[in-house]
Amino acid sequence: MKVLVPVKRVIDYNVRPRVKADQSGIDLANVKMAMNPFDEISVEEAVRMKEKGLATEIVIVSIGPAQAQETIRIGLAMGGDRGILVQTDATVEPLAVAKILKAIVDAEQPGLVIAGKQAIDDDSNATGQMLAALLDWPQATFASAVSKDGDTLKVTREVDGGLQTLALQTPAVVTTDLRLNEPRFASLPNIMKAKKKPIDTKSPADYGVDITPRLSVVKVTEPKKREAGEKVADVDALIAKLKSVGAI
Amino acid sequence: MAVLVLAEHSNVALNDVTAKTVAAAKAFGGDVDVLVAGHNAGAAAQAAAKLSGVRKVLHAEGEAFSHALAEAVEALVVPLMSGYDAFFAPATATGKNVAPRVAAKLDVMQVSEITKVIDASTFERPIYAGNAIMTVKSSDAKKVITVRGTAFQAVDASGSASIETIAAPAGPFKSAFVSEEISKSDRPELASAKRVVSGGRALASAEQFNQYILPLADKLGAGVGASRAAVDAGYAPNDYQVGQTGKVVAPELYVAIGISGAIQHLAGMKDSKIIVAINKDEEAPIFQIADYALVGDLFKIVPELTSKL
Repeated sequence: MKVLVPVKRVIDYNVRPRVKADQSGIDLANVKMAMNPFDEISVEEAVRMKEKGLATEIVIVSIGPAQAQETIRIGLAMGGDRGILVQTDATVEPLAVAKILKAIVDAEQPGLVIAGKQAIDDDSNATGQMLAALLDWPQATFASAVSKDGDTLKVTREVDGGLQTLALQTPAVVTTDLRLNEPRFASLPNIMKAKKKPIDTKSPADYGVDITPRLSVVKVTEPKKREAGEKVADVDALIAKLKSVGAI
Repeated sequence: MAVLVLAEHSNVALNDVTAKTVAAAKAFGGDVDVLVAGHNAGAAAQAAAKLSGVRKVLHAEGEAFSHALAEAVEALVVPLMSGYDAFFAPATATGKNVAPRVAAKLDVMQVSEITKVIDASTFERPIYAGNAIMTVKSSDAKKVITVRGTAFQAVDASGSASIETIAAPAGPFKSAFVSEEISKSDRPELASAKRVVSGGRALASAEQFNQYILPLADKLGAGVGASRAAVDAGYAPNDYQVGQTGKVVAPELYVAIGISGAIQHLAGMKDSKIIVAINKDEEAPIFQIADYALVGDLFKIVPELTSKL
């Protein structure tokens, strides 16, 4: 079974994003970028499936600027076999990403797409579900465990209040949640090896997808700041304060 | 204009977030209908009919709806959308699972987790885990929206809408429910609790998390939360997680115990009305947003607080 893993280049999660002074967006100049953390978990899961003999080939796909190639290389160093970069400097919304991924799936015919549940930049949490809908494939979002039994995929999902397990017919789309696994660090030899792995460079037009955004950004602003309050000396003072504001 | 709201429910009861999603739909404008897709969900449909400002409730019954399978709900909703200008779903595990499927089938770019309706095509939503607020305008003819419940005031239950039974798609669907493990608890649900007590890595073990956090939560009638660090360390289950990658809460009272206040955690609780922080580190970032800061040893302070409340 071939596995397709889409990965996104985003601001490193340890970096605090800064809103541009003209409110047009987030300042990405000279900011450390990294693979979206949920996508690292996706790559890791695909690599583990390959190590268990459940996956035969792992294709890492990224849609974005030329530098997204570096993000693909990380995936290849973790154990991906080859990459596809759909290169564009334009904003590509989840709907357009899903359409491009559908075209790639039509060409590549994977048995499984493993995607992160959301990218930590725009927090849309939509691409995997949209891709599943466009393909008319079943989906299991927010996965915390994945196993395979013949053509059936058993996926445990993080839902409100607990866990839910689904059986999916493959081909299917799975989106990953935090507890699914702990992604490995790519070793230096593997990073060197990854440099030799092939990456195809394409454009959205190659797939016949119109990526014109449907949403226009009116403005991006800082959230309302919360002021620090006061120190209380002890438990009695805390209780008195909470009573005085009617919190208890 | 007309809006279809997807109800969040347990078949026997309606989740409070539905009333908040209805409030967002009312701010959008037009007639508001609520879809209750469930299995033996008559009680949930009746509760939905009482929500103020609802025109009618559409009630669909089917085995596949008992666990809100995404493929089944998509098959139900998409044909209904010919009669609506917008689809609003709560940004819960269920809503997030289903709404993008509906959006893709309608060729619409979903606007996720809105916190404000500005007009019928303009919405505010947090990005970068709430580190920035984006105002977006949608050019799609129909809107597909998920709603952050904590940002809207629930409508009251003074309405009396009619309930219309609608046919459910037959299936079979390409996914099937196998099992679930839902934590049974008498405590209020974290996402909608009026008070929340959260514990962090300083609790140092699952035993101490349970020993110190739970009695205080029960004394306050509070839901229980945890920081990602505490969850990662195995002190608390994942569904307790408050933050960017967990749940976003905005209770009247949030008590953060032994939580330093990483950006990722603050993103999930900074809209709480009153924040109390208990931490031995005077420099902990949580104190920069706390209304009441108590510096000291949580293992002494928490039992004292629990006994004196």
